[in-house]
Amino acid sequence: MKAAVAMVLLLAAVVGLQALREQSGTLAPQAGTGNLLYVRSGEFMTRAVLSFDSLAADVYWIRAVQHYGRSKLSGGVDKKYDILYPLLDLTTALDPKFDIAYRFGAVFLAERPPAGPGRPDQAIALLERGLRAQPGRWQLAQDLGFVHYWYLHDYLRAAEWFKRSSEIPGAPNWLAPLAAVTLAQGGSRGSSRQLWQQVLESADADWLRVQARFRLRQLDAMDQIAALEQAVKLYERRIGSLPMSWADMVRTGDLRGIPVDSERHPFELNPFWGTVTLDRASPLNPLPAPEQPR
Amino acid sequence: MRAVRHIAVNVFRESVRDKVLYSLVLFAVLLIATSYLLGQLTAGQDIKIIKDLGLASISVFGLLIAVFIGIGLVWKEVERRSIYSLLAKPISRAEFVLGKYAGLVLTLLVNIGVMTIAFYAVLVYLGWREIPEVREAWPAPAADPAMLGAIGLIAIELMLVTAIALFFSTFSSPFLSAVLTLGLWVVGHFNADLRDFEAVVESRPAVWLARTLYYVLPNFSAFDIKAQVVHAQPVGVGYLAQTAIYGLVYIALVLVGAAVVFSRRDFK
Repeated sequence: MKAAVAMVLLLAAVVGLQALREQSGTLAPQAGTGNLLYVRSGEFMTRAVLSFDSLAADVYWIRAVQHYGRSKLSGGVDKKYDILYPLLDLTTALDPKFDIAYRFGAVFLAERPPAGPGRPDQAIALLERGLRAQPGRWQLAQDLGFVHYWYLHDYLRAAEWFKRSSEIPGAPNWLAPLAAVTLAQGGSRGSSRQLWQQVLESADADWLRVQARFRLRQLDAMDQIAALEQAVKLYERRIGSLPMSWADMVRTGDLRGIPVDSERHPFELNPFWGTVTLDRASPLNPLPAPEQPR
Repeated sequence: MRAVRHIAVNVFRESVRDKVLYSLVLFAVLLIATSYLLGQLTAGQDIKIIKDLGLASISVFGLLIAVFIGIGLVWKEVERRSIYSLLAKPISRAEFVLGKYAGLVLTLLVNIGVMTIAFYAVLVYLGWREIPEVREAWPAPAADPAMLGAIGLIAIELMLVTAIALFFSTFSSPFLSAVLTLGLWVVGHFNADLRDFEAVVESRPAVWLARTLYYVLPNFSAFDIKAQVVHAQPVGVGYLAQTAIYGLVYIALVLVGAAVVFSRRDFK
């Protein structure tokens, strides 16, 4: 009984001391070894982990996700994603059928700075390796088209990959029309919307669905900006000068209220040029590159 | 056969009384249960990670049980000198070895059973909790019965490890037995490299030696189909049966070897 009481008291003391240390900021400093990767050879790791290669792949995948997330959220201007590709390389070498590592990994790699390292070339290399390991996965071919479309604006290659993807047994029937639309009007907001809508409907992971919804909201904002700029031009033609603020257009009945984006942030009007942009605080920033139709 | 059964039951009781065993099983069950939390650290495929971790836990903790209890089975009897009173009874040395082995295998199978139940409980919960759209995207259901094939092969692999540990324990110290058993287990995972040795070495005798070792050493990598079942890749019944038979025949070989060595051992 005495021992039990002593243990409870000691446990309470330990918890109290830990809380005190946290409050006074005397916790050990970060070791700063987050970006260290001792082994980079997938072949070596495959042998070293004996029959636990799949589990080791999971560990490297978790490290890749953590590394990407930590780098993305870090406050510094010069965000480094320096071991992202080696981590993804190790993950997929240990488990060549690790679909999500190819698919999400490609998105991580291709994202433009500061949201990612801006390496669509590495994303393509990763996806091509995935497709070599699993030639029947149409999703990987679709993702290759997606990287060419969204990050490289190479609509010809994108259409080629969508077409290849549509020819793989089991591919959904919307891929062939998507290839045709991409070839005909690649880069237009309409084809981009179709692409993201399909991603939203076919995504098998929450993360990808969140991404697709975000991109669709960005496209909505771009549509709104185009419509607002058109309204500003009409105002200028009618009144003879550009509006100084949205209030001028509300007063004339051109607008029913101050225009806001889907995140409830008001659009900004440049009264000298008549251009419309997102509010700097809007989470929809930065918008993708303007339309580059073929 | 009665003598074998009696010894086996005694070994099982002794193992159940062993607190280390409980801690190992408890730790494995906890690890499987907390794999749910680990899955939250990643983006997607948490079910794959949970399956990988569960199967690896069963394999690793089973290996620890097989090696660290297997190596002490015979040695303990010799050390405590209870071997003299045992062998004075109408029990042959072969029956003694077989009984010890059967007892440990029984312990091992009960432990694997407990870990499997915990593993499937976590998977059933995850499958029940997930929305149908996500479930449909999984290559296989959460509580995929195909994983039992992988667990079955893990069980046979561990039975073979137990037989090897017992074999070494009939003539060497626990430390040496553990090193030799784990060494053989590691080498057994590189078996495929021995087959393709001519690709890296030109010497014919070395190639022949490697090829001989390839056939003689236990091929532990053959029992590993964890990745295939996690990715819902088909594993033929023929492969499972062939590998199981290979494992059982190898176990018989090692047990005969253990019985022969133990029969010749002089306890004076």
